[in-house]
Amino acid sequence: MTTVAAPYAGTALDRVDGPEKVTGRARYAYENLPADLAYAVVVQATVSRGEVRAVDADSVLQLPGMIAAIWHENAPRLAPVEDAELTVLQSPRVAYRGQVVAIVVAETLESATEAARLLRVDYRAEPHDVELRADHPGMYRPDHVNPNYATDSELGDPDTALAFASVVVDATYTTPAQHHNPIEPHATVALWDADGLTLYDATQSASGVRATIAPLFALPPESVRVISPYVGGGFGGKGAPHAQVVLAALAAKQVGRPVKLAATRRQMFAVTGYRTPTVQRVRLGADEDGRLSAIVHEAFEQTATIKEFAEQTTVVTRMMYAAPHRRTSHRLVRLDVPIPTWMRAPGETPGMFALESAMDELAVACGIDPVELRVRNEPTIDPERGLPFSSRNLVACLREGAERFGWAGRDPEPGVRRRGRQLIGTGVASSTYPVYRLPSQASARAEPGGGFTVRIAAADIGTGARTVLTQIAADALRVPPAQVRMEVGDSALPRASVAGGSSGTASWGTAVLRACEALMAALHRRSGDVPPGGLEASADTAEELRSQRPLSRHAYGAQFAEVGVDLDTGEVRVLRLLGAFAAGRIINPKTARSQFIGGMTMGLSMALLEESVMDLEFGDYLNRDLAQYHVAACADVRDVDAFWIEEEDPELNPMGSKGIGEIGIVGTAAAIANAVYHATGIRVRDLPIRLDRLIGGGI
Amino acid sequence: MNGEGNSGPVFADPITADILLSVNGDERPITVDTRETLLDTLREHLDLIGAKKGCDHGQCGACTVLVDGRRVKSCLTLTVTVDDREITTVEGLAADGALHPMQAAFVERDAFQCGYCTPGQLCSAVAMVREVADGWPSAVTADVSGPAVLDDDEIRERMSGNLCRCGAYVNIVAAIKQVGS
Ligand code: FES
Ligand code: FES
Repeated sequence: MTTVAAPYAGTALDRVDGPEKVTGRARYAYENLPADLAYAVVVQATVSRGEVRAVDADSVLQLPGMIAAIWHENAPRLAPVEDAELTVLQSPRVAYRGQVVAIVVAETLESATEAARLLRVDYRAEPHDVELRADHPGMYRPDHVNPNYATDSELGDPDTALAFASVVVDATYTTPAQHHNPIEPHATVALWDADGLTLYDATQSASGVRATIAPLFALPPESVRVISPYVGGGFGGKGAPHAQVVLAALAAKQVGRPVKLAATRRQMFAVTGYRTPTVQRVRLGADEDGRLSAIVHEAFEQTATIKEFAEQTTVVTRMMYAAPHRRTSHRLVRLDVPIPTWMRAPGETPGMFALESAMDELAVACGIDPVELRVRNEPTIDPERGLPFSSRNLVACLREGAERFGWAGRDPEPGVRRRGRQLIGTGVASSTYPVYRLPSQASARAEPGGGFTVRIAAADIGTGARTVLTQIAADALRVPPAQVRMEVGDSALPRASVAGGSSGTASWGTAVLRACEALMAALHRRSGDVPPGGLEASADTAEELRSQRPLSRHAYGAQFAEVGVDLDTGEVRVLRLLGAFAAGRIINPKTARSQFIGGMTMGLSMALLEESVMDLEFGDYLNRDLAQYHVAACADVRDVDAFWIEEEDPELNPMGSKGIGEIGIVGTAAAIANAVYHATGIRVRDLPIRLDRLIGGGI
Repeated sequence: MNGEGNSGPVFADPITADILLSVNGDERPITVDTRETLLDTLREHLDLIGAKKGCDHGQCGACTVLVDGRRVKSCLTLTVTVDDREITTVEGLAADGALHPMQAAFVERDAFQCGYCTPGQLCSAVAMVREVADGWPSAVTADVSGPAVLDDDEIRERMSGNLCRCGAYVNIVAAIKQVGS
């Protein structure tokens, strides 16, 4: 495979949808106003486990403007499907506090909101179990971990290697539950007509929602259309449909009118997914020079009783560093908690916090510079799969990042640098993310009046997909980007894979490129003549993807942090954060930089602020809004920057690109925690790095 | 209406008010539920979808609009309270077709990704630059007696009521600085 020489790919084109977004013309899901619209609001369970005994629907139906109150006894029946998250209002069982037990529909949002508040639901409550502990007796070994990795792995004899290692790090790290909190809440407008069901939905996958929702209503997929041209952030939370999509469709069916439904910010903490909390034990065995002989990484996580999601927290450890003896494992416990799901770099994000913190501890224990330690343990082939890397430039990222950051001459002594009332420290961590590519289809059309239309049911959730696909198409069609009209975000377009796994550009870009090439060939056969009806060609990449040869394909990076820790309050400020990345060819430097620093900003937020606190008494997350679940604000984010090194990798896809949407968050929290250690001498192994963990640690 | 005892809720018709709303220079007579927020009136009744609902609790800033030129969270503003005020939404920042310099700078600096916080950021930024020009101090203004300066720290502090989960802050600060100085 050769990569295509390209004049537009590689240029910093402004976002093609920028003007729509800055003028307020971009229409997001909830902003569709079909005629005769009704408003729905959900009612959530106030017990964590038990049964709904009765719902006093009749009382609220007397409220002015009320149309319906729907619960399990009067809800339309859904076809049984395996995913219990989606079979809403079909049974009296309550599996977690906050689960939807009823939905009210009214003429106005105000009336529906009031009715939802007044609706009386009687429960038979049962004792709940919501606390994740590594020694929970219910811990089990899942069949596989997300998306389809082996649950455990073992090579050599790690126990013996640890017993004989000169230096051993054995530490337990924890990460709390985290909620995606895209600024656009999950929302759906559902509309039934003679053709079937139309859903204006906030989703990362129009094709995926169609395929998932159709069987629930016993419809062929062609009878469901999902429209989502603009999506206000997803971060994995909008990757698969959640209850609100089904609820909107079900309510619209029941009342015979279009229905609008959005999860409120507070409801989102129970019904739209989150990242599981983790308890992780990492053991590293090394010789005095820091060369690893053993790596053991074990993760303990939670899932819901009605659906399993097994985050692949330790999978990243299988390929990061060389060591002859190694073991990774995942154990889960089913609790009476909301359903966890994908959240930006599931697996790598919590896993690399633990592994990269442990590597820093090893560097300290061996008295070796942490950049040097990582370089020393660089593998020549994928250590567990035994495959060559398609390209691996971690060392270049570490070296070049260290150079630009000014790492040289760093005094490793912790707790000795003061600036005013702050202790100053620096830290480093590696980043990585796998290269995924999924089958997709696309079409390209030469319009009779000039210009081209390229169609694919891709999703631009803020990644810049619409823009980079325009660039890819423009190159293939040999025209300026202004002559390409890119249509995405509609299941009526050629079927595309989910905006997930940082796979969008690779998956959709391949399909777009192949469709454009097919169109160019067809035009060539006609000597460039476009018939009056236009000329169209399409492509499906399934075959091309099957022929990809087995290699270990990943993007890499290194993140460097400088922190200041207030001596009096323990407040941590990230003074500088620099990311160095190696991610194949960068198709748009402007949107790519935004992706990298956006991920790093979320990583900073995770390191210092984000924590969903489980209320053991009531059995749900306690801090259910943005005043209590803190995400980084403008004043928290100072000098954050990213750059990338040139990387040619012909074994990826025709663009030569690796995904960049998630790698930015991987390793950030470890780099910051390592910098906090360097500043204060206190090793924080439990995120977030709260003031009390430093004050309590004796700052 | 708290549904106490066995009597069930009390069922009063919603109280409405007829008001004249002035939005982006247009006068719009409208009947509103007195429980209705300005954000919902704009989005649900006037199809002005620029102002976004991120939290409905005054915590994210996505709903920021200008009322008599000052930034206001429209999710915390009841529509009945603004019937004699000038409301400007992101749709009204610039004259027909053109972009306001702040909008153009946001595009140029890639100061957004998903775009959902963006209308709020823009309204907030436009009003904030004016606040600085008018000499209003902020929590990080070192010398409150002299004129306020629009440096990075001031921008970050004054824009911290507008959350961006995509993490576009670095570029937002750059865009505002470009316009404000
Ligand atoms: S919607 Fe008004 S501040 Fe969030
Ligand atoms: S651009 Fe997505 S929240 Fe700011």
